[in-house]
Amino acid sequence: MSATVETLEAFERPPVSMGSRLEGELLEVSMGPQHPSTHGVFRMNVALEGEVVRKLKPVFGYLHRNHEKLGENMSYLGSMPYTDRLDYFCSMTNNWAYALSVEKLAGIEVPERAEYLRVILAELTRLQNHASLLGFLLNDMGAWGTPLMYAFREREKILDLFESLSGSRMMCDYMRFGGCRCDTPSGWMEQARKIVDRFPRFIDELEQLVVGNEVVIGRTQNVGVLSPELAINAGITGPMLRASGVNYDVRKVDGYGFYPRFKFRIPLGEHGDTYDRLMIRVLEMRESLSILKQAFDQIPPGPVINPKVKIRAFRPPVGEAYGRIESPKGELGFYLISDGGPNPYRYRVRPPSFINLTVLEDLCLGHTVADVMVILGSVDIVMGEVDR
Amino acid sequence: MIGAGILKGMAVTARNFVGSYFDKERLITVQYPEERNPLPENYRNFPFLIYDGDDPHAGLRCVACKICEKECPPQCIYIVKSDDKKPDYMGKPQFYPKIFDIDISVCMSCQICVEVCPFEAIKMDKEFELSKRERFNALLLRKEDLAKPNEYYHKISPTAAAEVDAKLAAAAEAAAKKKTAPAAPPASATPATP
Repeated sequence: MSATVETLEAFERPPVSMGSRLEGELLEVSMGPQHPSTHGVFRMNVALEGEVVRKLKPVFGYLHRNHEKLGENMSYLGSMPYTDRLDYFCSMTNNWAYALSVEKLAGIEVPERAEYLRVILAELTRLQNHASLLGFLLNDMGAWGTPLMYAFREREKILDLFESLSGSRMMCDYMRFGGCRCDTPSGWMEQARKIVDRFPRFIDELEQLVVGNEVVIGRTQNVGVLSPELAINAGITGPMLRASGVNYDVRKVDGYGFYPRFKFRIPLGEHGDTYDRLMIRVLEMRESLSILKQAFDQIPPGPVINPKVKIRAFRPPVGEAYGRIESPKGELGFYLISDGGPNPYRYRVRPPSFINLTVLEDLCLGHTVADVMVILGSVDIVMGEVDR
Repeated sequence: MIGAGILKGMAVTARNFVGSYFDKERLITVQYPEERNPLPENYRNFPFLIYDGDDPHAGLRCVACKICEKECPPQCIYIVKSDDKKPDYMGKPQFYPKIFDIDISVCMSCQICVEVCPFEAIKMDKEFELSKRERFNALLLRKEDLAKPNEYYHKISPTAAAEVDAKLAAAAEAAAKKKTAPAAPPASATPATP
């Protein structure tokens, strides 16, 4: 971190008086936790010199729900619905990451159709997450409502797919250890294919709406530049890392699921600024569409769940496992230690948006207050995952 | 030219605005209380208990095994087992729940109780307009509120209900065969075919 803060207390109660302001001292402002642009209850203590940010301290924990400790006191299956509530925009990928780590722990095989279904659902999740993120980002920039509503219109179509498949729009709770809970209802695949075929129209429209827009370019280019060195050292993953030009995608690196069977490219940014982070999401959506089209062509019929896995009294052998996937926000991992009992001995989540948030100060220093909101929006955080 | 990008964006909004008069895909608002989208078959909300026949007490499939109570992640189910037994759908004497409460202000609709139930006794409802004027007792559903007939389950999710009925009928048949001649097959107690 480039700026140092002595104590938290000094930040909590800044000695601000009219006199000190006039003498050119820093003005400390608490942005949030109730702020429309902080995407939840998130607070930033900002020290300002005029309008320029000189120090920034993120304060989180307002949405802490004891997720990890709950997981240690609950059966393995019981944690599955709680993982929906981590990153509530992408419950399908959360389910997959958790199911993957339990499958690693217990050595469970997954049927072929279930693996394809998981890839389809994960990519649909990526589409709707990136679409709504772009909407929110433009909302933060002052494009009130319009792009967000267009994005939500598309997102709602995908959520309808999730609802008809799993029963719930956002809290899907769909994956199980060894596959998926139920097979697709009749006509689901055709409907999904139709939505995927229509999706490029939305991306084209969005690109036309924002990409050449002078205001967007002025607000985002050279704002919040993240250098590749810092990104790697801070453990940044996901689109934010790739926007800095680092070629790292867990889908390619680990090749979990059936991703090695698909042909897709990893879009990379060049400058690592907010504009690159915005554009990388547009490009990733296009790659997701190509994965989806391949998956629709390749998906075989068959069972969707391994019948050998017990629902009740599921006890994996003693051991530990770390399962990770490329969630829309970055590398999402679950680390589990089993002592052979019905509950995990240790249950740990590696949330991507929490770790991506750690470089916020470095991104914001030297920019104005208005840019802080744009930079925060481009980091793509969901407080349910940050605070757990 | 500066401003060209903004004009292009304006063209998109204009196209959406005009298109919303002609294109169904651009006008997607549903005026909720008056208009309603049909719920998908898999939609789930809160659990309910199924009974066969007309009597909610005699036909209740639940045997108070308490598996759902144990597996429920937020612990919203409370069951007290009965002292006496009553015949279940296969004519076998079984316990029944003296008290079966679900606190739907705690329930998170995860469907785990449905998956773990070995008796097909608990299923997910589709009723979602459940706002109440009182926070505590009104949202605590008792056995009487939860028990709903099998016909209701057929109405809300026909495919799943037909599968369940076929499964139960097959189980009853197998049980009847096992007992062979001396024990009369309790045909009257099997779930009514839809």
